[in-house]
Amino acid sequence: MARLIKSEKEVEGRYEEVWTLVDEDALEQWPAGPGEVVGKSAPRLDGYEKARGQARYTGDIRLPGLADAALLRSPYAKARVKRIDLTKATAAPGVVAVVGPDEVKGAGKEADFEGSAVAAVAAETLAQAEAAVQLIDVEWEELDPLLDAAEAVARESFVSDTRHYERGDYERGLGEAEAVVEAEYSTQTLNHNPLETHQCVCEWRGDSIDVYVSTQYIWGIRNDLAETLELPADKVRVICEFMGGGFGAKNGVGNYILFAAELARRSGRPVRCALSRREENVVGGNRNATRQRVTAAARADGTLTALGGEYTCALGWGGWLPPTSGPIQLLYACENVKTVEYGAKLNLPPMAAFRAPGFVEGTWSLECVLDKLAAQLGIDPLELRKLNYAHADAMDGRPFSSKNLMECYHRAEPHWERRHEVRGRSDEIWKRGMGMASQVWYGGGGPPSYAWVRLGSDGRANVVTAMQDIGTGTRTAMAMIAAEELGLPLDRIEVQIGDSARGPFASISGGSSTLPSMGPAVRSAAGDAARQVIELAAQRYEREERLLSLKGGRIVSSDGGSWPLEDITGLLDDGQILGKGARGPNPTGMRVLTFGIQLAEVAVDVGTGEVVVEKVIAIHDVGRVINPLGARSQIEGGIIQALGHTFSEVRLDDPHTGAVLTKTLDSYKVPTIADVPEIVCDLVDVPDTHLTNLGSKGLGEPPIVPTAAAIANAIRDATGADVTSLPITREEILRALREARERRPVAAGAA
Amino acid sequence: MPELRVNGHVHTFDAPVGRTLAEVLREELGLTGTKIACGEGHCGACTVQLDGVPVLSCITLVHMVGERDVTTIEGLRDHKLVDAFVRTDALQCGFCTPGQIVSAAALVEANPDPSRDEIRHGMAGNLCRCGTYPRIEEAISTWQG
Repeated sequence: MARLIKSEKEVEGRYEEVWTLVDEDALEQWPAGPGEVVGKSAPRLDGYEKARGQARYTGDIRLPGLADAALLRSPYAKARVKRIDLTKATAAPGVVAVVGPDEVKGAGKEADFEGSAVAAVAAETLAQAEAAVQLIDVEWEELDPLLDAAEAVARESFVSDTRHYERGDYERGLGEAEAVVEAEYSTQTLNHNPLETHQCVCEWRGDSIDVYVSTQYIWGIRNDLAETLELPADKVRVICEFMGGGFGAKNGVGNYILFAAELARRSGRPVRCALSRREENVVGGNRNATRQRVTAAARADGTLTALGGEYTCALGWGGWLPPTSGPIQLLYACENVKTVEYGAKLNLPPMAAFRAPGFVEGTWSLECVLDKLAAQLGIDPLELRKLNYAHADAMDGRPFSSKNLMECYHRAEPHWERRHEVRGRSDEIWKRGMGMASQVWYGGGGPPSYAWVRLGSDGRANVVTAMQDIGTGTRTAMAMIAAEELGLPLDRIEVQIGDSARGPFASISGGSSTLPSMGPAVRSAAGDAARQVIELAAQRYEREERLLSLKGGRIVSSDGGSWPLEDITGLLDDGQILGKGARGPNPTGMRVLTFGIQLAEVAVDVGTGEVVVEKVIAIHDVGRVINPLGARSQIEGGIIQALGHTFSEVRLDDPHTGAVLTKTLDSYKVPTIADVPEIVCDLVDVPDTHLTNLGSKGLGEPPIVPTAAAIANAIRDATGADVTSLPITREEILRALREARERRPVAAGAA
Repeated sequence: MPELRVNGHVHTFDAPVGRTLAEVLREELGLTGTKIACGEGHCGACTVQLDGVPVLSCITLVHMVGERDVTTIEGLRDHKLVDAFVRTDALQCGFCTPGQIVSAAALVEANPDPSRDEIRHGMAGNLCRCGTYPRIEEAISTWQG
């Protein structure tokens, strides 16, 4: 039965108390360990479609009369349109519609960052649209941009309120310490660069609009677009059957969609708007740069007495203040913690959520400073982490729904014991070492989320829900969950997702929440269908319902009888069994988090500053694992993306003009196959007995969180050099080596 | 009208000078398996083969293709590499995957049993933002089943 409860809802660290409609979730969790389908590796259901180039992405949609759009964007970080004349563009060859400033929401004559869109043209071909944009006669008044985050903080130019947090008595904690380490760290601006850029096709059908869009949140686009266009929500249909990556950049309605919708309305044609790679690298969203000052203080026995963090986040013109302080508040049992976070508003493109926003940046500084503290105390880094283990939520004392980080630490021990051998392989030029970093992140998901399961007379099941698969393999995971519950082999399950008109509400593919939000709803729907089958079977075979279960495609009676499922469903003819399921509530009064540890082995050329990562070992705890094959891919993918921000990726902005200098995949360097070290994946795979009917948490984000710090700590282990800024360039290594050399005689003198 | 031989079929096409092979494949011939991800030859998503040699179709002018045989992912649908990519989970979002397979097919055609270094050298021009590289390496190492 559905009821309303007051529940905490979390997406990427943002909590809000909301009234939520929840359905009771009566199903007991499956026993730990692999079942018939769940817990065993399965290749993705859509693998062949994708590998053969048959999967239809937004840009592959071919609607009759399709026109292409191009946008006029500001070349300046801060400017005002003084004069604009669209006449020539409107008359240009092939042009079917033009939209000027202030004709769609959020796109006026003020440009607050490079790439701000002010006008748009749709034409028969993209080349014609681009040519017509060049014919827009526009005169800009260039204004003085604010580009420096420290200056923005001083001038109180903020995107949102400054966030303060303190527990215990931070100053007292510092006073009780026998070792205090304070250090500054920085992280760079990063671009998501999904290989499919932001794109959409809008087509009006009467007073309704179909929006084909590459998105992480079909239902969110539907609702937001309906509000903006002042339409009833069901007049907006959002379709995303396949999408080419998002990583957080594709959660919301970008104004390119609004331009496409308006151009489509004016022309009466379907209009496609696809960002170019260069546009993507400017306005596609970014992980904001940070400057951080962190302090860690402990008694001689290693007990943390105080942790402090001051974080300045260069958010750009918009976005939100990510939880950079999350790791320092959550990871360790420290009574006295004080943080402050500033969200600097600048004339730079707005940030967007990017795979564990805030936690990637905050873990970088926390886990680096912790190793410095360990060195100062003469305590083994793994020991120091165990010593300060948080057995309950360090913020409010709530118990964890499950936490197996200590098990992760135990599994790390044999790897960590090899560090002396690794160091021993150093020579004059190449210094080798090992480092580690812990991981904490959210990933529990939550209600509401719904799914339907349709069982036909052929004994095959169809899972229907309006969710999207951003590439993590959630489509496959949903099929596995339904198969397990229905006792069917995986090849008898279809999954229909990717269309707001073709299924019930489904949650966002963000915050590692798709699986823990949608999975329980799918299981519940399959359970509902299974109950109905059993009711029918009880009548047909004259057995009590309690004796019957579904297994191996059969209805099995505990008194010995067994019949193929089709014997019952075959009686349906065109009748169908419809199962309905909803995600139950999160456990009351408990904190749901994901945990892990990564270890890195590196070799550093102390002459040139070259770093080779030889191995990364990842041990994570995300509750029950549904598909071990897909889980490994998530871990590897997260680590590889982390290698990008550790070594090569950086968005460079001209410090005087605010122009983005790295607009191409030639200048913005994402990792290639040649950059990948050996990666060892290990998952604790113990269901969270308090969380839903599955006990599963999300794994999309955890693996990207600790990698950079683990590598920096390995570099420190190998060379004694403290790197403090990302990306770790050769210049940064050489600077840190120089600093370490200068420090050494002092240390020797002190000894 | 100029002709283009794609996956063994001859097509005529109508395109102004300056149009790229990728655009014609996708927009004129409807062969949308070939993806355009950067449009300037930096990422490899648009890879096709010309007489068996991998090229970047987004920076190849269609009028320069001439008599050469174009092979796109649509022409490699039954290649054993497709099975290998699916089996080893060498794809996530799948957007780069057709280009990866077209490149890999050229690699194994020339060298059926490539070493790890040869795979890394041969595949370094195909970016995958999801980070499926270890699986791609496994797929190519085990493509013969």
